[in-house]
Amino acid sequence: MSTVRIMPAGDAALVAQFDSRIDPVVNDQVHTLAEKVQQAEIPGIRGMIPAFCSLVIQYDPHVIRYDAMRRTIEDLAEQVSLKGTAAKRILEIPCCYGSHFGPDLHDMEVFTGLTRDEIIARHSGVDYRVYMLGFLPGFVYLGGLDRKLEMPRLKTPRVKIPGGAVGIGGSQTGVYPLDSPGGWRLIGATPVDFYDPCRQEPVLCKAGDYIRFVPITSCEYYDIRQMILRGTYTVKVHEPVRL
Amino acid sequence: MESNSSKSNTGIRVIIPGALTTVQDAGRFDYQQAGMMCSGVMDTDAYEAAGYLVGNTDGEAVLEYTVFGGTYLFESDCIIAITGADMKPSLNGSPCPMYRPVFVKAGSRLVLGAAVNGCRTYLGISGGIDVPLVMGSRSTCMKCRIGGYLGRALCSGDLLPVGSSDVSFEQLSGRSIRQPVYSDTITVRAIAGPQDEYFTDKGKRTFYSCAFTVSDQSDRMGCRLNGPAVESFHGTDIISDGIVFGSVQITSAGQPIILLADRQTTGGYAKIATVCTADLPLLAQARPGSTIHFKEITVEEAQQATEKTAELLP
Repeated sequence: MSTVRIMPAGDAALVAQFDSRIDPVVNDQVHTLAEKVQQAEIPGIRGMIPAFCSLVIQYDPHVIRYDAMRRTIEDLAEQVSLKGTAAKRILEIPCCYGSHFGPDLHDMEVFTGLTRDEIIARHSGVDYRVYMLGFLPGFVYLGGLDRKLEMPRLKTPRVKIPGGAVGIGGSQTGVYPLDSPGGWRLIGATPVDFYDPCRQEPVLCKAGDYIRFVPITSCEYYDIRQMILRGTYTVKVHEPVRL
Repeated sequence: MESNSSKSNTGIRVIIPGALTTVQDAGRFDYQQAGMMCSGVMDTDAYEAAGYLVGNTDGEAVLEYTVFGGTYLFESDCIIAITGADMKPSLNGSPCPMYRPVFVKAGSRLVLGAAVNGCRTYLGISGGIDVPLVMGSRSTCMKCRIGGYLGRALCSGDLLPVGSSDVSFEQLSGRSIRQPVYSDTITVRAIAGPQDEYFTDKGKRTFYSCAFTVSDQSDRMGCRLNGPAVESFHGTDIISDGIVFGSVQITSAGQPIILLADRQTTGGYAKIATVCTADLPLLAQARPGSTIHFKEITVEEAQQATEKTAELLP
């Protein structure tokens, strides 16, 4: 059984709070509980927001009251193992580094003392865990950035960063899912849409997935972009393997 | 009634769009785990009243006007109801009653002025505003540029399609709801937490006993308040977690922000309390400069309060 505290988040939601730290095991517990809640098909549930170490569950108080909901979630949380799950789904995300795709790559070289190739090798050499999504639809909070690639955000954020831009902000890396203001250092861009409201599944990945950036040339970027616009491109996914 | 006329001339034409007019419904709840904000109407009471008055039962979309409403031309016969803030609506130059169904002939012109109290007005229409569903909702999300009318606030010349409805005006003509009056001094009830333990006793006393003023930087995303700093033990940064309609974040400067319809799904500030559902419409109608007091209640009391609100509608 995992340690979980359940508290009201107003009169139409509650929060299940696990150990307060950013840790893959704790995060696995969050997503396992979310799955169990989904499978339980509890009447009155209106939406869930899994985060790093907590799960917000919204419900309709006209259908189920707080006490009953709390007991139900407590029972489900008891079935969440302390070890979390071991299944790992990896999405390969093509990324074109540098040039106008990553205008801050040169600043990164100066700041980190690494060469362009070293930065690319380190950034694309890790499988990043998607801890949660938030801020914008499809915006992934990734864990696992090489500490040598950490770099402070821009002092003055850019007014408009194009969707698909891959950046680094502090100890985080990620992808802007749509045009947005932002302060991250841009090192590349992916032709893949992390968010497309017209797609069957509007958001590409879900919390608990892993992301692996695969370096591509600018020609490959445009080829893939064409295929995406024609609907003939599929992201390469490594389905869960037991660790 | 004419209901089979050609699709192209049925609808509402925007002549003057008002300060911020958007298409909204109850909101987009099903993609929050993917970071998609809910959007939806700010004042759920006024929205539900409008739906009841025009005989809509399926979460149909409405127009939400902010502060100043604008001018609209009906290109087909419609049944409408105007709820929320009083913008002194007039139809073809005569005062148009609020909080009851009104039959509108094709060619009629609706003019909404500046809100005399409250700040958000709703136009319900039989059949609803029939924009396409995007991710399960018709609500406009301006930040993502989806939903509603082309994902944006209305502009002059837009033609809003209206859905079909089997309801006749005769079936609705007895319906009416008492029009609320919005005050510039409000008390909202709030449930402690989920991060109230971040705040000192002094901080909690400040929060529940002092008056806060609604900042003019408030919008559909959040109601920003100015007032005495709410004291915390070690700052208000938390590991980002989920936020809901009514979450009260305290910024690092100690100032409260109440998250509303266009809130992000997650946030990194500690939440001292969550405003109860029954009092959220008061915040939707609170104008900049209004005074807000918080009163602590338990989750059980809050859930009884929502039940009472629900009973107000027949």
